[in-house]
Amino acid sequence: MTPFLTLLARDLRLSVREGGGAALALGFFALVATLMPLGIGSDMAVLARVGAGVLWIGAALAALLSLDRLFQADYEDGSLDLIALSPLPLEGAAAAKILAHWLSTGLPLTLLSPVLSVLFDLPSGAVPVLAASLLLGTPAVSAAGAIGASLTLSLRRGGLILPLIVLPLLTPAVIFGTGMVEAAQTGLEGGAFGFLAAFSIATVLLSPFVAAFAVRLNLAG
Amino acid sequence: MISSLTAEKLACVRGTRRLFAGLSFSVKAGQALALEGANGAGKTSLLRLIAGFLPQAAGRVFVTAEGAEIADAEERGRFIGWLGHQDALKASFTVSEQLAFFDALYDAPSARSSAGAAAGTSPVTTGEERRSAALEQVGLARQAELPCRYLSAGQRRRLALARLLLSARPLWLLDEPFAALDSAGKGLVARLIALHCGQGGIVVAATHEPLGLGNESLKL
Repeated sequence: MTPFLTLLARDLRLSVREGGGAALALGFFALVATLMPLGIGSDMAVLARVGAGVLWIGAALAALLSLDRLFQADYEDGSLDLIALSPLPLEGAAAAKILAHWLSTGLPLTLLSPVLSVLFDLPSGAVPVLAASLLLGTPAVSAAGAIGASLTLSLRRGGLILPLIVLPLLTPAVIFGTGMVEAAQTGLEGGAFGFLAAFSIATVLLSPFVAAFAVRLNLAG
Repeated sequence: MISSLTAEKLACVRGTRRLFAGLSFSVKAGQALALEGANGAGKTSLLRLIAGFLPQAAGRVFVTAEGAEIADAEERGRFIGWLGHQDALKASFTVSEQLAFFDALYDAPSARSSAGAAAGTSPVTTGEERRSAALEQVGLARQAELPCRYLSAGQRRRLALARLLLSARPLWLLDEPFAALDSAGKGLVARLIALHCGQGGIVVAATHEPLGLGNESLKL
Protein backbone atom coordinates (compact mmCIF):
# COMPACT_ATOMS: atom_id res chain seq x y z
CA MET A 1 0.00 0.00 0.00
CA THR A 2 1.19 3.51 -0.72
CA PRO A 3 1.62 5.90 2.21
CA PHE A 4 -1.48 7.79 1.01
CA LEU A 5 -3.72 4.71 1.13
CA THR A 6 -2.14 3.66 4.42
CA LEU A 7 -3.10 6.94 6.08
CA LEU A 8 -6.57 6.82 4.49
CA ALA A 9 -7.24 3.29 5.76
CA ARG A 10 -5.93 4.16 9.20
CA ASP A 11 -8.14 7.26 9.53
CA LEU A 12 -11.20 5.29 8.43
CA ARG A 13 -10.43 2.59 10.98
CA LEU A 14 -9.95 5.22 13.70
CA SER A 15 -13.25 6.89 12.82
CA VAL A 16 -15.04 3.59 13.38
CA ARG A 17 -13.21 2.66 16.59
CA GLU A 18 -12.75 5.97 18.36
CA GLY A 19 -16.03 7.66 17.49
CA GLY A 20 -16.75 10.54 15.18
CA GLY A 21 -17.53 8.12 12.37
CA ALA A 22 -20.53 7.53 10.18
CA ALA A 23 -22.90 6.50 12.98
CA LEU A 24 -22.58 9.82 14.80
CA ALA A 25 -23.12 11.92 11.68
CA LEU A 26 -26.01 9.77 10.46
CA GLY A 27 -27.73 9.85 13.84
CA PHE A 28 -27.45 13.62 14.07
CA PHE A 29 -28.69 14.06 10.49
CA ALA A 30 -31.68 11.77 11.07
CA LEU A 31 -32.63 13.55 14.30
CA VAL A 32 -32.47 17.03 12.76
CA ALA A 33 -34.53 15.88 9.78
CA THR A 34 -37.09 14.28 12.10
CA LEU A 35 -37.42 17.26 14.43
CA MET A 36 -37.84 19.82 11.65
CA PRO A 37 -41.31 18.73 10.45
CA LEU A 38 -42.40 18.63 14.10
CA GLY A 39 -41.35 22.25 14.50
CA ILE A 40 -42.59 23.52 11.17
CA GLY A 41 -45.97 21.80 11.18
CA SER A 42 -47.69 19.32 8.95
CA ASP A 43 -48.43 21.57 5.97
CA MET A 44 -47.06 19.37 3.20
CA ALA A 45 -46.68 22.22 0.74
CA VAL A 46 -44.50 24.16 3.20
CA LEU A 47 -42.43 21.09 4.04
CA ALA A 48 -41.81 20.30 0.37
CA ARG A 49 -40.65 23.90 -0.08
CA VAL A 50 -38.17 23.96 2.78
CA GLY A 51 -37.14 20.29 2.63
CA ALA A 52 -34.07 20.63 0.45
CA GLY A 53 -32.69 23.52 2.50
CA VAL A 54 -33.26 21.77 5.81
CA LEU A 55 -31.64 18.54 4.60
CA TRP A 56 -28.68 20.41 3.16
CA ILE A 57 -28.04 22.35 6.37
CA GLY A 58 -28.58 19.23 8.46
CA ALA A 59 -26.05 17.31 6.39
CA ALA A 60 -23.49 20.13 6.58
CA LEU A 61 -23.86 20.40 10.36
CA ALA A 62 -23.65 16.63 10.77
CA ALA A 63 -20.40 16.56 8.79
CA LEU A 64 -18.96 19.30 11.04
CA LEU A 65 -19.45 17.24 14.21
CA SER A 66 -16.34 15.11 13.80
CA LEU A 67 -14.13 17.75 12.16
CA ASP A 68 -12.32 18.81 15.30
CA ARG A 69 -10.70 15.34 15.46
CA LEU A 70 -9.47 15.53 11.86
CA PHE A 71 -6.01 16.86 12.78
CA GLN A 72 -6.37 17.59 16.48
CA ALA A 73 -6.17 14.02 17.78
CA ASP A 74 -2.96 13.41 15.82
CA TYR A 75 -1.59 16.77 16.93
CA GLU A 76 -2.21 16.12 20.60
CA ASP A 77 -0.67 12.65 20.77
CA GLY A 78 2.37 13.49 18.63
CA SER A 79 1.34 11.41 15.59
CA LEU A 80 1.33 14.50 13.40
CA ASP A 81 5.08 14.96 13.98
CA LEU A 82 5.70 11.45 12.68
CA ILE A 83 3.34 11.95 9.73
CA ALA A 84 5.17 15.19 8.88
CA LEU A 85 8.50 13.29 8.75
CA SER A 86 7.10 10.46 6.61
CA PRO A 87 7.70 10.24 2.84
CA LEU A 88 4.13 11.47 2.33
CA PRO A 89 4.14 15.30 1.98
CA LEU A 90 1.78 17.07 4.38
CA GLU A 91 -0.36 18.09 1.41
CA GLY A 92 -0.88 14.42 0.62
CA ALA A 93 -1.58 13.65 4.26
CA ALA A 94 -4.20 16.42 4.36
CA ALA A 95 -5.81 15.07 1.17
CA ALA A 96 -5.94 11.54 2.65
CA LYS A 97 -7.54 12.87 5.82
CA ILE A 98 -10.11 14.91 3.87
CA LEU A 99 -11.00 11.87 1.77
CA ALA A 100 -11.31 9.70 4.90
CA HIS A 101 -13.57 12.30 6.49
CA TRP A 102 -15.78 12.43 3.42
CA LEU A 103 -15.99 8.63 3.16
CA SER A 104 -17.03 8.39 6.80
CA THR A 105 -19.48 11.33 6.82
CA GLY A 106 -20.35 12.96 3.48
CA LEU A 107 -20.93 9.74 1.56
CA PRO A 108 -23.16 8.02 4.16
CA LEU A 109 -25.12 11.28 4.62
CA THR A 110 -25.70 11.44 0.88
CA LEU A 111 -26.95 7.85 0.86
CA LEU A 112 -29.31 8.53 3.76
CA SER A 113 -30.80 11.70 2.27
CA PRO A 114 -33.37 10.00 -0.05
CA VAL A 115 -34.81 8.19 2.99
CA LEU A 116 -35.10 11.38 5.01
CA SER A 117 -36.60 13.31 2.09
CA VAL A 118 -39.79 11.25 2.63
CA LEU A 119 -40.37 13.31 5.80
CA PHE A 120 -40.59 16.44 3.66
CA ASP A 121 -42.76 14.99 0.90
CA LEU A 122 -40.25 16.02 -1.76
CA PRO A 123 -41.54 15.25 -5.27
CA SER A 124 -40.00 12.06 -6.59
CA GLY A 125 -38.16 13.93 -9.32
CA ALA A 126 -36.40 16.11 -6.76
CA VAL A 127 -35.09 13.27 -4.57
CA PRO A 128 -32.32 12.05 -6.92
CA VAL A 129 -31.35 15.67 -7.57
CA LEU A 130 -31.01 16.28 -3.82
CA ALA A 131 -28.80 13.20 -3.48
CA ALA A 132 -26.75 14.31 -6.49
CA SER A 133 -26.30 17.81 -5.03
CA LEU A 134 -25.12 16.30 -1.73
CA LEU A 135 -22.77 13.94 -3.55
CA LEU A 136 -21.29 16.92 -5.34
CA GLY A 137 -21.32 19.32 -2.38
CA THR A 138 -20.28 17.25 0.65
CA PRO A 139 -16.65 16.85 -0.52
CA ALA A 140 -16.46 20.65 -0.30
CA VAL A 141 -17.85 20.46 3.24
CA SER A 142 -15.04 18.09 4.28
CA ALA A 143 -12.45 20.15 2.41
CA ALA A 144 -13.53 23.51 3.84
CA GLY A 145 -13.79 21.81 7.22
CA ALA A 146 -10.17 20.68 6.95
CA ILE A 147 -9.09 24.29 6.49
CA GLY A 148 -10.92 25.27 9.68
CA ALA A 149 -9.64 22.22 11.56
CA SER A 150 -6.02 22.91 10.62
CA LEU A 151 -6.28 26.59 11.58
CA THR A 152 -7.67 25.83 15.05
CA LEU A 153 -5.25 22.95 15.64
CA SER A 154 -3.29 24.30 18.58
CA LEU A 155 -6.22 26.03 20.27
CA ARG A 156 -7.63 24.31 23.30
CA ARG A 157 -11.35 23.84 22.74
CA GLY A 158 -10.69 24.82 19.12
CA GLY A 159 -13.71 22.74 18.18
CA LEU A 160 -15.93 25.47 19.57
CA ILE A 161 -14.90 28.16 17.11
CA LEU A 162 -14.47 25.70 14.25
CA PRO A 163 -18.09 26.02 13.01
CA LEU A 164 -17.74 29.82 13.08
CA ILE A 165 -14.87 29.52 10.60
CA VAL A 166 -16.25 26.74 8.44
CA LEU A 167 -19.96 27.56 8.10
CA PRO A 168 -19.43 30.89 6.27
CA LEU A 169 -17.16 29.03 3.82
CA LEU A 170 -20.05 26.70 3.05
CA THR A 171 -22.51 29.41 2.02
CA PRO A 172 -22.06 28.78 -1.73
CA ALA A 173 -22.54 25.03 -1.29
CA VAL A 174 -25.84 25.51 0.56
CA ILE A 175 -27.12 28.12 -1.91
CA PHE A 176 -26.32 26.16 -5.05
CA GLY A 177 -27.05 22.74 -3.55
CA THR A 178 -30.60 23.74 -2.65
CA GLY A 179 -30.76 25.71 -5.90
CA MET A 180 -30.27 22.48 -7.83
CA VAL A 181 -33.24 20.88 -6.07
CA GLU A 182 -35.36 23.99 -6.54
CA ALA A 183 -34.60 23.98 -10.25
CA ALA A 184 -35.78 20.37 -10.45
CA GLN A 185 -38.99 21.23 -8.57
CA THR A 186 -39.90 24.33 -10.58
CA GLY A 187 -38.46 23.26 -13.91
CA LEU A 188 -36.46 26.50 -14.13
CA GLU A 189 -32.79 25.89 -14.88
CA GLY A 190 -30.65 28.45 -13.05
CA GLY A 191 -27.15 27.05 -13.53
CA ALA A 192 -26.89 25.95 -9.89
CA PHE A 193 -25.24 22.67 -10.90
CA GLY A 194 -22.37 24.44 -12.63
CA PHE A 195 -21.75 26.78 -9.71
CA LEU A 196 -21.88 23.95 -7.16
CA ALA A 197 -19.50 21.85 -9.24
CA ALA A 198 -17.09 24.76 -9.66
CA PHE A 199 -17.17 25.60 -5.95
CA SER A 200 -16.71 21.99 -4.92
CA ILE A 201 -13.80 21.32 -7.30
CA ALA A 202 -12.00 24.53 -6.35
CA THR A 203 -12.41 23.90 -2.61
CA VAL A 204 -11.29 20.27 -2.83
CA LEU A 205 -8.25 21.15 -4.94
CA LEU A 206 -7.12 24.09 -2.79
CA SER A 207 -7.81 22.83 0.70
CA PRO A 208 -4.98 20.26 1.04
CA PHE A 209 -2.46 23.04 0.36
CA VAL A 210 -4.08 25.50 2.76
CA ALA A 211 -4.48 22.83 5.43
CA ALA A 212 -0.86 21.64 5.07
CA PHE A 213 0.35 25.22 5.37
CA ALA A 214 -1.69 25.76 8.53
CA VAL A 215 -0.50 22.43 9.99
CA ARG A 216 3.14 23.47 9.44
CA LEU A 217 2.49 26.76 11.25
CA ASN A 218 0.98 24.87 14.15
CA LEU A 219 3.83 22.34 14.36
CA ALA A 220 6.20 25.30 14.71
CA GLY A 221 4.01 26.87 17.40
CA MET B 1 23.06 7.21 4.72
CA ILE B 2 24.34 10.56 5.89
CA SER B 3 27.84 11.46 6.94
CA SER B 4 27.18 14.31 9.35
CA LEU B 5 24.76 16.69 11.00
CA THR B 6 26.03 20.26 11.31
CA ALA B 7 24.69 23.37 13.00
CA GLU B 8 26.26 26.77 12.45
CA LYS B 9 25.58 29.73 14.74
CA LEU B 10 22.06 28.50 15.35
CA ALA B 11 19.62 30.71 17.26
CA CYS B 12 16.14 29.91 18.47
CA VAL B 13 13.47 32.35 19.63
CA ARG B 14 10.19 31.24 21.18
CA GLY B 15 7.72 34.07 21.48
CA THR B 16 9.82 36.94 22.74
CA ARG B 17 12.31 34.76 24.60
CA ARG B 18 15.69 33.81 23.15
CA LEU B 19 16.41 30.20 24.07
CA PHE B 20 19.89 29.96 22.59
CA ALA B 21 22.05 31.74 20.04
CA GLY B 22 25.37 31.18 18.32
CA LEU B 23 25.06 27.43 18.77
CA SER B 24 27.46 25.43 16.60
CA PHE B 25 28.15 21.71 16.61
CA SER B 26 28.81 18.87 14.25
CA VAL B 27 28.00 15.18 14.71
CA LYS B 28 29.56 12.65 12.38
CA ALA B 29 28.20 9.28 11.35
CA GLY B 30 28.62 6.79 14.16
CA GLN B 31 28.52 9.44 16.89
CA ALA B 32 25.97 10.29 19.54
CA LEU B 33 25.40 13.74 20.97
CA ALA B 34 23.71 14.25 24.33
CA LEU B 35 21.86 17.54 24.83
CA GLU B 36 22.01 18.59 28.43
CA GLY B 37 20.52 21.53 30.22
CA ALA B 38 17.99 22.57 32.81
CA ASN B 39 14.26 22.28 32.19
CA GLY B 40 13.25 24.92 29.70
CA ALA B 41 16.78 25.40 28.38
CA GLY B 42 15.62 24.59 24.84
CA LYS B 43 16.53 20.92 24.37
CA THR B 44 13.20 19.99 22.81
CA SER B 45 13.20 23.18 20.76
CA LEU B 46 16.63 22.32 19.36
CA LEU B 47 15.41 18.84 18.41
CA ARG B 48 12.29 20.28 16.75
CA LEU B 49 14.48 22.78 14.96
CA ILE B 50 16.75 20.03 13.60
CA ALA B 51 13.65 18.05 12.55
CA GLY B 52 12.47 21.09 10.60
CA PHE B 53 9.31 21.75 12.63
CA LEU B 54 10.63 25.01 14.05
CA PRO B 55 12.25 27.70 11.92
CA GLN B 56 15.60 28.92 13.22
CA ALA B 57 15.91 32.61 14.09
CA ALA B 58 19.46 32.69 12.72
CA GLY B 59 22.20 30.39 11.49
CA ARG B 60 21.76 27.18 9.56
CA VAL B 61 21.45 23.48 10.14
CA PHE B 62 22.07 20.80 7.53
CA VAL B 63 22.85 17.15 7.03
CA THR B 64 25.54 15.99 4.63
CA ALA B 65 24.53 13.07 2.47
CA GLU B 66 26.83 11.77 -0.25
CA GLY B 67 28.80 14.99 -0.23
CA ALA B 68 25.77 17.24 -0.66
CA GLU B 69 24.60 19.62 2.06
CA ILE B 70 20.86 19.31 2.62
CA ALA B 71 19.47 22.31 4.46
CA ASP B 72 15.87 22.18 3.21
CA ALA B 73 13.65 21.25 6.15
CA GLU B 74 11.39 18.95 4.13
CA GLU B 75 14.26 16.98 2.58
CA ARG B 76 16.11 16.83 5.88
CA GLY B 77 13.02 15.32 7.48
CA ARG B 78 13.33 12.21 5.29
CA PHE B 79 16.51 11.24 7.15
CA ILE B 80 15.05 11.64 10.61
CA GLY B 81 13.82 9.03 13.03
CA TRP B 82 11.79 10.83 15.68
CA LEU B 83 11.14 9.80 19.26
CA GLY B 84 9.20 12.66 20.82
CA HIS B 85 8.20 12.91 24.44
CA GLN B 86 4.71 11.86 23.37
CA ASP B 87 4.33 8.28 22.24
CA ALA B 88 1.92 8.91 19.31
CA LEU B 89 -0.12 5.77 19.95
CA LYS B 90 -3.85 5.28 19.38
CA ALA B 91 -5.68 3.72 22.30
CA SER B 92 -7.85 1.45 20.13
CA PHE B 93 -5.04 0.09 17.93
CA THR B 94 -3.24 -3.07 18.90
CA VAL B 95 0.54 -3.03 19.21
CA SER B 96 0.98 -4.81 15.87
CA GLU B 97 -1.58 -2.61 14.07
CA GLN B 98 0.23 0.44 15.37
CA LEU B 99 3.55 -0.78 14.00
CA ALA B 100 2.04 -1.95 10.71
CA PHE B 101 0.59 1.52 10.09
CA PHE B 102 3.83 3.40 10.65
CA ASP B 103 5.81 0.75 8.81
CA ALA B 104 3.61 1.19 5.72
CA LEU B 105 3.60 4.99 6.07
CA TYR B 106 7.39 5.09 6.17
CA ASP B 107 7.72 2.49 3.47
CA ALA B 108 10.75 2.84 1.24
CA PRO B 109 12.52 -0.07 -0.47
CA SER B 110 15.94 1.24 0.51
CA ALA B 111 14.84 1.78 4.09
CA ARG B 112 13.66 -1.82 4.35
CA SER B 113 17.01 -3.46 3.79
CA SER B 114 18.88 -1.21 6.20
CA ALA B 115 16.20 -1.71 8.86
CA GLY B 116 17.22 -5.31 9.36
CA ALA B 117 20.84 -4.25 9.53
CA ALA B 118 20.18 -1.42 11.99
CA ALA B 119 18.15 -3.74 14.18
CA GLY B 120 21.12 -6.07 14.29
CA THR B 121 19.04 -9.03 13.20
CA SER B 122 19.60 -11.35 10.33
CA PRO B 123 18.22 -9.92 7.09
CA VAL B 124 14.48 -10.57 7.08
CA THR B 125 12.21 -10.26 4.12
CA THR B 126 8.57 -9.73 4.98
CA GLY B 127 7.26 -6.77 6.92
CA GLU B 128 5.55 -9.13 9.31
CA GLU B 129 8.81 -10.80 10.31
CA ARG B 130 10.57 -7.50 10.57
CA ARG B 131 7.92 -6.08 12.87
CA SER B 132 7.91 -9.09 15.17
CA ALA B 133 11.70 -8.97 15.28
CA ALA B 134 11.52 -5.33 16.38
CA LEU B 135 8.89 -6.18 19.02
CA GLU B 136 11.07 -9.04 20.22
CA GLN B 137 13.97 -6.65 20.53
CA VAL B 138 12.12 -4.18 22.75
CA GLY B 139 10.51 -6.95 24.79
CA LEU B 140 6.91 -6.55 23.62
CA ALA B 141 6.52 -9.79 21.64
CA ARG B 142 3.87 -11.12 24.04
CA GLN B 143 1.80 -7.92 23.87
CA ALA B 144 1.53 -7.85 20.05
CA GLU B 145 -2.25 -8.27 19.98
CA LEU B 146 -2.96 -6.03 22.96
CA PRO B 147 -4.72 -2.69 22.34
CA CYS B 148 -2.44 0.21 23.27
CA ARG B 149 -4.85 1.45 25.93
CA TYR B 150 -3.74 -1.46 28.16
CA LEU B 151 -0.03 -0.68 27.89
CA SER B 152 1.86 0.89 30.77
CA ALA B 153 3.84 4.09 30.22
CA GLY B 154 7.06 2.09 29.97
CA GLN B 155 5.56 -0.36 27.47
CA ARG B 156 4.30 2.53 25.35
CA ARG B 157 7.83 3.88 25.33
CA ARG B 158 9.16 0.50 24.22
CA LEU B 159 6.63 0.40 21.40
CA ALA B 160 7.75 3.87 20.31
CA LEU B 161 11.32 2.52 20.27
CA ALA B 162 10.26 -0.43 18.09
CA ARG B 163 8.68 2.05 15.68
CA LEU B 164 11.89 4.08 15.64
CA LEU B 165 13.88 0.94 14.77
CA LEU B 166 11.50 0.11 11.92
CA SER B 167 11.62 3.62 10.46
CA ALA B 168 15.18 2.83 9.33
CA ARG B 169 16.19 6.47 9.39
CA PRO B 170 19.89 7.34 9.82
CA LEU B 171 19.49 10.40 12.07
CA TRP B 172 17.74 9.68 15.37
CA LEU B 173 16.36 12.61 17.35
CA LEU B 174 15.37 11.41 20.80
CA ASP B 175 13.54 13.53 23.35
CA GLU B 176 14.03 12.10 26.85
CA PRO B 177 14.46 8.51 25.59
CA PHE B 178 14.80 7.16 29.14
CA ALA B 179 11.53 8.63 30.42
CA ALA B 180 9.15 6.11 32.04
CA LEU B 181 11.48 3.15 31.42
CA ASP B 182 12.65 0.67 34.07
CA SER B 183 16.36 -0.06 34.48
CA ALA B 184 16.23 -2.88 31.90
CA GLY B 185 14.50 -0.47 29.50
CA LYS B 186 17.18 2.15 30.07
CA GLY B 187 19.79 -0.46 29.27
CA LEU B 188 17.85 -1.31 26.13
CA VAL B 189 17.87 2.32 24.98
CA ALA B 190 21.61 2.59 25.57
CA ARG B 191 22.13 -0.66 23.62
CA LEU B 192 19.96 0.51 20.71
CA ILE B 193 21.81 3.83 20.56
CA ALA B 194 25.18 2.06 20.55
CA LEU B 195 23.93 -0.34 17.87
CA HIS B 196 22.61 2.49 15.72
CA CYS B 197 25.90 4.38 15.99
CA GLY B 198 27.74 1.18 15.21
CA GLN B 199 25.77 0.92 11.97
CA GLY B 200 26.93 4.42 10.99
CA GLY B 201 23.87 6.25 12.25
CA ILE B 202 23.75 9.53 14.16
CA VAL B 203 21.95 10.05 17.46
CA VAL B 204 21.05 13.36 19.08
CA ALA B 205 19.31 12.87 22.41
CA ALA B 206 17.95 15.34 24.94
CA THR B 207 18.47 13.69 28.28
CA HIS B 208 19.15 14.17 31.97
CA GLU B 209 20.89 10.83 32.24
CA PRO B 210 24.17 9.68 30.67
CA LEU B 211 23.66 7.88 27.35
CA GLY B 212 26.05 5.24 28.58
CA LEU B 213 28.69 5.53 25.90
CA GLY B 214 31.62 7.68 25.02
CA ASN B 215 29.38 10.30 23.50
CA GLU B 216 29.94 14.00 23.34
CA SER B 217 27.57 16.30 25.13
CA LEU B 218 26.31 19.78 24.48
CA LYS B 219 25.24 21.99 27.34
CA LEU B 220 22.40 24.37 26.53
